[in-house]
Amino acid sequence: MAVETTTRAKLRWGLLDVLVVVFALVPVLWIASLSFKTPATLTDGNFIPREWTLDNYRTIFDTDQFVRALVNSIGIALIATLIAVVLGAMAAYAISRLDFPGKKLLVGVSLLIAMFPQVSLVSPLFEIERQLKIFDTWLGLILPYITFALPLAIYTLSAFFKQIPWDLEKAAKMDGATQGQAFRRVIAPLAAPGLFTTAILVFIFCWNDFLFAISLTSTERSRTVPAALSFFTGASQFEDPTGAICAAAVVITVPIILFVLFFQRRIVSGLTSGAVKG
Amino acid sequence: MSINATPTGADVAAEETRRPAAVPKQRGGRRKPPLSENKKAERRLGLLLCAPAALVMIAVTAYPIIYSVWLSLQRFDLRFPDQREFIGLENYVTVLTNEFWWTAFGVTMLITVVTVAVELVLGMGLAIIMHRTLIGRGLVRTSALIPYGIVTVVAAFSWRYAWTPGTGYLADLFSDGAPLTERASSLAIIMLAEIWKTTPFMALLLMAGLALVPEDLLKAASTDGATAWQKFTKVMLPVMKPAILVALLFRTLDAFRVFDNIFVLTAGGNETSSVSMLAYNNLIRGLNLGIGSTMSVLIFITVAIIAFVFVKLFGTAAPGSDDGERR
Repeated sequence: MAVETTTRAKLRWGLLDVLVVVFALVPVLWIASLSFKTPATLTDGNFIPREWTLDNYRTIFDTDQFVRALVNSIGIALIATLIAVVLGAMAAYAISRLDFPGKKLLVGVSLLIAMFPQVSLVSPLFEIERQLKIFDTWLGLILPYITFALPLAIYTLSAFFKQIPWDLEKAAKMDGATQGQAFRRVIAPLAAPGLFTTAILVFIFCWNDFLFAISLTSTERSRTVPAALSFFTGASQFEDPTGAICAAAVVITVPIILFVLFFQRRIVSGLTSGAVKG
Repeated sequence: MSINATPTGADVAAEETRRPAAVPKQRGGRRKPPLSENKKAERRLGLLLCAPAALVMIAVTAYPIIYSVWLSLQRFDLRFPDQREFIGLENYVTVLTNEFWWTAFGVTMLITVVTVAVELVLGMGLAIIMHRTLIGRGLVRTSALIPYGIVTVVAAFSWRYAWTPGTGYLADLFSDGAPLTERASSLAIIMLAEIWKTTPFMALLLMAGLALVPEDLLKAASTDGATAWQKFTKVMLPVMKPAILVALLFRTLDAFRVFDNIFVLTAGGNETSSVSMLAYNNLIRGLNLGIGSTMSVLIFITVAIIAFVFVKLFGTAAPGSDDGERR
């Protein structure tokens, strides 16, 4: 009897699992499928390509437009992630460990920024960056990315920092280490997993951005892939951009899939720990 | 040991300097004016560590938003830079009496309300599946993270091709052919794309709340003969309330910013523009900084009102309002 119910329960959960997996994966598989189709079979509406081809990938990697955008995307996201995680770690350490005036203000400000409508910044930043001559440069995108990644980094990291056994820090201080040394030598290594998780979340955020990427760039010099994708449409150098867009889309989805496959546990814990604490 | 020994001298000195005018007390009302050297060092380090993050955040948001208010009070069209002049609130009158603005506002509100409501229900379901499923938990969680992580533009293209007759597998489900060329179906597809993309995020936030529900309590409820639905409404929901509010607040404000999906799916055609889309079009396509900034400011105010209402309605349950459990 008991065995029967668990089997049935398992079956029911199994069905629900399948439903979730299908729901989550179909759009991704669809665009992957399109990217492998030949121009002749592109419009057959078949889920599995009848004729497989890598031509679409060859096309995009042959064009400067895409390769340049890919370099921009990787470079900008990596630099912004690095800076945001370093600055975020410093602030999160202070927030979770130290008593100082203005702490609540900082937490409040980062919360406000997390909810800030990004489009409100597009027009002023457009004008300010033109005046500062950083419009259409890597820096021009890195700055807003850091800004909007910081609240995420601060929240996730301070949640992680709270789980660290801080007695070790005390022990280090007993042995004569200063607060700064205790941070660098003892806490930083313990915090590495949290830092890594935060870095993934921040990278995904920067990698994803579209609004700033199309508003604050105007040439291939700093246009990232999501922005470049929307310019493939109707571009004369591709006869039919659909296959090329799909191939490019798949290329920038690969890192996300890899992150999710290898670090699912970390990403989930990073996102949920930040949330419980609010 | 040595920490306690030295301050006695320093404390006396601090005591003396403090007495004449009770200044330290007024300055922010700190309770313990005589700070030990250690405390002072701690405060200094705290400020020092936060300064870079705070400076970047303020420089890139506070200053531009103020500048944006200034721009919104001017006639400033980059195509006619000579005509730049201060015109007070004229831009606001122009925008607020413009039917495109109100159409976009309505569309944005509709998308926000519908997607957040649907996501709350689906997200709760997904959270329960991710939290309690007996088999394949890793697989479900991994799959659910894919919509969260994937680039919105990529997903939007996938939906666009799926709904375009010819390249799509979904277009034929509707007899009339091209759903992305009609307003109602376009809006439905935009909402579908939004829901697909952000339900996992909602679910993760809710799952954080689910993890707080004590297993004992559920068992006790079962023993007392509670049905699954009763357990959900009477035990789980009350415990999860803070997590639900956080999730709702974040998703509502995020949904209000909807842009990427609309840009790719319809480019704002057939009156499907959101306010973000409209502001972008005025700025980058129309190069009208004055009107673009006015819309930016109005969007900012709307978001501020939504956030304010949330915090007012839910008080301490809202994130950031209570910072108590630090340390």
